[in-house]
Amino acid sequence: MLKSVIDIISLYTLPVIIMAILVWAVFKKIPVYETFIEGAKDGIKVCGNIIPYLVAIIVAISMLRASGFIEFLASHCSAILTAIHLPPDILPLTIVRSLSGSASLGVFTDIIQHNDVNSYSAKLAAIMLGSSETTFYVLAVYFGSVGIKKFRYAIFTGLFADIMGIAFAILVANFFFG
Amino acid sequence: MNYIWLGIILISFIFGALTGRLNDVVNAIFSGAKSAIDVVIILAGIMTFWLGIMKIAEKSGIVNFISKLLQPIAKLLFPEIPKGDRAIGDIAMNFSANALGLSNAATPMGLKAMERLQELNKDKNSASNSMCMLLSMNTAGFQLIPATVIAILAANGAKNPTEIIIPTLIVTSCAFLCAITAARLCAKLCPPQKDSEVSE
Repeated sequence: MLKSVIDIISLYTLPVIIMAILVWAVFKKIPVYETFIEGAKDGIKVCGNIIPYLVAIIVAISMLRASGFIEFLASHCSAILTAIHLPPDILPLTIVRSLSGSASLGVFTDIIQHNDVNSYSAKLAAIMLGSSETTFYVLAVYFGSVGIKKFRYAIFTGLFADIMGIAFAILVANFFFG
Repeated sequence: MNYIWLGIILISFIFGALTGRLNDVVNAIFSGAKSAIDVVIILAGIMTFWLGIMKIAEKSGIVNFISKLLQPIAKLLFPEIPKGDRAIGDIAMNFSANALGLSNAATPMGLKAMERLQELNKDKNSASNSMCMLLSMNTAGFQLIPATVIAILAANGAKNPTEIIIPTLIVTSCAFLCAITAARLCAKLCPPQKDSEVSE
């Protein structure tokens, strides 16, 4: 029941938003096609600006993943992990989710397929992934688009939110499913 | 960022050498560069589309209307943005798109906000407080319904995939509050360095 409501919402949000914008614009006598073209012109320019930032960050993170460093951390931290009620197989996800969106989805799918999909680990992983955003990707894209080179405290607040997200995820998962 | 980036690359090389996976690390340079361009190409089409739609929303006054509507909240989070500025409308639309899980739409809206914030920014190389706040809101990733995660759970035969909605909402709200609180505190504690670099 809830699932079908969510499916309907997911299906209809986008069409409703686009329709609303267009209908209102027509009502306001805006030449919609010409205005669309005018705005859309910037698309490639913005993407061009992002390229160096994105290459820098994605290459560095691909290298880190290939070096096996994340698995090394995971296998050597199990003692700390059990102390904070974090199943060891979740650790790669806690690290990867700030770094790479596609990798997080991969790691998440891996977790739920290697454990039971209805297990505590799977639910905790789902909460962690559902409540996070790929911090480094967002930083690269947003700052890249306007050529900001000094990120100041944005990295800190982004990672701080990620760490707090992990902590809250463990607490809440324990409360609901523990 | 200099140290983080350098650190990641150095760790990768050293660790790769120690574990005998140096070859994989080197290959990752090429595959990483390629996947960065893949990401840009995927982004380019959808970005172009949404920037077009956003222009329509802007010209028909929707963005301005939202800016005025959310002025009280905006004043709290973005005290540096002038009253009723269109940046507030862009930020609000970026936030709503994120909350609704429309990340494809959220990014172009966020970048439009960044463009305006950069116009308001004094030091074009360094992030302004408003930018850091916008980034904190985005990196915290507030979302009402984690549709992708639910879909993956369902596809893998979970009994009740929607049971994660409420816990996820609690977690994402808490993390979001932490992020914006931290951003406000940092804005007060470490003000931007004035003209430390060559100003353009």
